[in-house]
Amino acid sequence: MRWLRRNLVVIFGLGTLAYLILPNVVVTVFSFNNPTGRFNYAWQEFSLDAWKDPCGVADLCGSLSLSLQIAVWATIGATVLGTAIAFALVRYRFRARGAVNSLIFLPMAMPEIVMAASLLALFLNMGIQLGFWTILIAHIMFCLSFVVAAVKARVLSMDPRLEEAARDLYAGPVQTFVRVTLPIAAPGIAAGALLSFALSFDDFIITNFNSGNTVTFPMFVWGSAQRGTPVQINVIGTAMFVIAVLVVLAGQMVGNRRKNAQPK
Amino acid sequence: MTATVAPPEAEAATEPPVHRPSVRKRLVPYWLLLPGILWLLVFFVLPMIYQASTSVQTGSLEEGFQVTWHFQTYWDALTEYYPQFLRSLLYAGTATVLCLLLGYPLAYLIAFKAGRWRNLLLVLVIAPFFTSFLIRTLAWKTILADGGPVVDVLNTLHVLDVTSWLGMTEGERVLATPLAVVCGLTYNFLPFMILPLYTSLERIDTRLHEAAGDLYARPATTFRKVTFPLSMPGVVSGTLLTFIPASGDYVNAELLGSTDTRMIGNVIQSQYLRILDYPTAAALSFILMAIVLIMVTIYIRRAGTEDLV
Repeated sequence: MRWLRRNLVVIFGLGTLAYLILPNVVVTVFSFNNPTGRFNYAWQEFSLDAWKDPCGVADLCGSLSLSLQIAVWATIGATVLGTAIAFALVRYRFRARGAVNSLIFLPMAMPEIVMAASLLALFLNMGIQLGFWTILIAHIMFCLSFVVAAVKARVLSMDPRLEEAARDLYAGPVQTFVRVTLPIAAPGIAAGALLSFALSFDDFIITNFNSGNTVTFPMFVWGSAQRGTPVQINVIGTAMFVIAVLVVLAGQMVGNRRKNAQPK
Repeated sequence: MTATVAPPEAEAATEPPVHRPSVRKRLVPYWLLLPGILWLLVFFVLPMIYQASTSVQTGSLEEGFQVTWHFQTYWDALTEYYPQFLRSLLYAGTATVLCLLLGYPLAYLIAFKAGRWRNLLLVLVIAPFFTSFLIRTLAWKTILADGGPVVDVLNTLHVLDVTSWLGMTEGERVLATPLAVVCGLTYNFLPFMILPLYTSLERIDTRLHEAAGDLYARPATTFRKVTFPLSMPGVVSGTLLTFIPASGDYVNAELLGSTDTRMIGNVIQSQYLRILDYPTAAALSFILMAIVLIMVTIYIRRAGTEDLV
């Protein structure tokens, strides 16, 4: 009884973790299913078919590669624009600083559907064809704020005296930026980029409004919920989860080794 | 995500030195801002203006829409769809409370008790972000399936009797009921609660816990008087990051609910993409935006953490 009371937090915490992971377990298990109907919601029998042929469903891998392309370009765009804004906000005092701060904050404080709908209103009024470019424009727009927030947090905690020291040692502005500022800000920029990639790759609501007939991977999954869900979707979901865990773990290992290599 | 709310004390620490730079140098911040701010003005602010103008137009898709300053649309939209508005706020609010109750122990566990397991637990919280959330939401269809193990257990424990009485479920099923939608919302936005909670808990100096213990505070008292108040920034940003997106969501209501569980997001989506009644759709999304912004402002004032955002 006392043991139970002492470990109550651990038990509840692990319970929440189970709640978080359960759908991933189900997705993985059902990637080995051989369903009879159009939908893969009930267990029938074990099969490796979907794993042997992940692209066996029409348009599935096409939508996947489109989502990857959009995510890469959106990440590059949002990271470049967002990093510049973050540096301007932290390193300089200028007029309209407060206004810029609120403009950056607003997209995060608004339900996604409001932004999605207003962008559609713009594109409809302007007669712009919906497709790859409208999706990319929208993704860069909503990823931007998250990059600014991530980079800002990192640059704020950075000691400005390091840059002064570089200047005292006769480093030019460019040299100081490339050799001192950028490496210190890099983890923040990387976090912003990673977040952009994940947000863009997984975005459904904004893409749903602004994609026209273009089918990204989330759009494909959404459509399949109405027409029939191929097992291959679970295969790709499982692969994404495994890859994500490995990438994040590898990143942390590199980070830890760096930390150990330069003791304070 | 966790960085949305910057620590207020850090802002003051890096006050740049006061000196008079040349005009060229003074323009540097503007050049840095220009491309990104332009992007936001053209693709965030301008669309809002377009949507505002759309909301006061009348007409039809065949004849075209004209700005007629027909504000009646707002009133009509509100009176016709107030059940969906109320339902959205109720579901989003319930999901936010559940996220806080479920997320706090896990954030606490990772921050104070995980030891060398900390990184692994954090990865397990973040990793679902990278698997398509639509696929995971569809998995709930399997988990909550009629006659499945979860529903059976809830039935045996008479939980479904209670939730049916509360109007959260109907009979012996969970799928296509409010409970399923709230369960999906809670699940989808839980990481947005856990991560800010974790960051603010992690900042707490554990010596404060020891001090409280030395002063004969029982663990519950320590939590109530020390830990929880210090984690308030995380609680505030976590609840905002959960409530705001949940209130506009239509994915969970569509995939896990029924026509009786439609939220305002579902209405806006079908008005825009199926019925093509753009003025009503625009009015609805402005009403949603206004409700959320007003609630968020009041909440932040009440929580006394204005300087956080």
